Amino acid sequence: MLRIIKKFSKRILATLFGRKDNIKIGFYGPPNAGKTSLANKICKDWTGEEIGVVSKIPHETRHVQFKEKVEIKHKGKVLMFKMVDTPGIATKIDYEEFIKFGVKKKDAKKRAKEATQGIIESIQWLDDMDAVIVVIDASENPYSQVNITIIGNLVARKIPLLIVANKIDLKKANMKKVENAFPEYEVVGISAKEGINMDDFYEALFRLAKKA
Amino acid sequence: MIFTKPYSGWQKKHKMIKKSKFKGLSLHVIPYSEIRDLSIGERVKKVLKLILGSRIVIIQGRLRPEEEARLIEDTMAMVEHIKNFKGIELAVIEPNMKEENLLIRMKHGLAKRLVGESSALTIIGPSSLVKEIKKDPKKMEVLLG
Repeated sequence: MLRIIKKFSKRILATLFGRKDNIKIGFYGPPNAGKTSLANKICKDWTGEEIGVVSKIPHETRHVQFKEKVEIKHKGKVLMFKMVDTPGIATKIDYEEFIKFGVKKKDAKKRAKEATQGIIESIQWLDDMDAVIVVIDASENPYSQVNITIIGNLVARKIPLLIVANKIDLKKANMKKVENAFPEYEVVGISAKEGINMDDFYEALFRLAKKA
Repeated sequence: MIFTKPYSGWQKKHKMIKKSKFKGLSLHVIPYSEIRDLSIGERVKKVLKLILGSRIVIIQGRLRPEEEARLIEDTMAMVEHIKNFKGIELAVIEPNMKEENLLIRMKHGLAKRLVGESSALTIIGPSSLVKEIKKDPKKMEVLLG
C-alpha cells in the first residue's frame, strides 16, 4: 500500500514539475543474458566508459551497479537517466557450476555466496525502478520461470518494461520464439556484443522512458 | 506433464537404474483451499518447509508474482545457511485461454474471480532432486537429477 502511495505521489510530482529527467532504468534478467554487456554498450556509446565487467562465468555481476546521468541523444531527442545494472536472478546457485569454468573451489564458494546476496539485492531493488529493460538470451528457451516471474512482478508493480532479446548474432537465436512467448510486450532483438540493431533499441528505449 | 530421468540410450538407462537403486519420488500436493487464506510469508514458509524435506510440491493454482519473488528471496537466504541446499526449480502450467472461445474465456474469468486462480498448477522442487523443468506452451517435462 505504502509503495503504491509513494509511486503515485512521485508521478504526481513529476507531472506537476516536469521532473522526468532523472528516471531510474533497471536492467533485469537471468544470469548470462547480457545485462552488463548491454549496459556497457550504452555507457561506451554515450559516456565513454563501461559500467562493469563481463564474463562467460555466470553471476559475474553480484552487486547492483549504477551509472548516474547517462545522456542519450538519438534523432534529435535527448534522454537522461540513471542506469541500474542488477545481478542475474536465478532460483538455484551451485558453486560446482563455477568450478566447471575453472574457478577454484574456495573462490567458487565465495562467488556462490555473493551471488545469492546479489539475487536478493536485485529483487529488493525492483520497487525503486521507474522502468525496466528485461534482458533475455535469444538463444535460450524464453519460457523460463525466472523470465515469467520478473515480468509478472513488473506488471504487478505497474513498472513499464521493454524486453530485449540479446545475442541475436548466435545461430541458435530464435526471435520468433521470444516474441511468441511475450506477445503483450514490445520485444527488440539485439546483439550487445556485436552492436547489432542498436538503433531500434534506442528508439524503443525512448518509448519506454516516456511511459515511466 | 512427464517426469523423466536424464539419460541417453537404452544401455545407459539400464545401468543407471541398476546402479542408483531409484528410491522413489515424494510428491506433496497442496490444494488451493489449503493456501487460499495464508499470507505471503506463510505460503512461502509452507512450501520451503516441504522442499527442505526433499519433496516435490505441486500446488493447485499459482503463487502471485510477489510470492514467487519472495520465494526466490527466501530460497537464496537459505542457500547461504543450509548445508547442501542449492535452491529450487519452479514452474507454472496454465491453461492457454487465448485459443479458447469467448464464452469459455468468460467462464474461466468468472471462476477465477470467485474461487481464485486454481486452474493453474505450480511445481516446485529442490534443485538437488529436480535437475530441470523444461517448459514450452504445450508441455512440461520434469527432469530428475
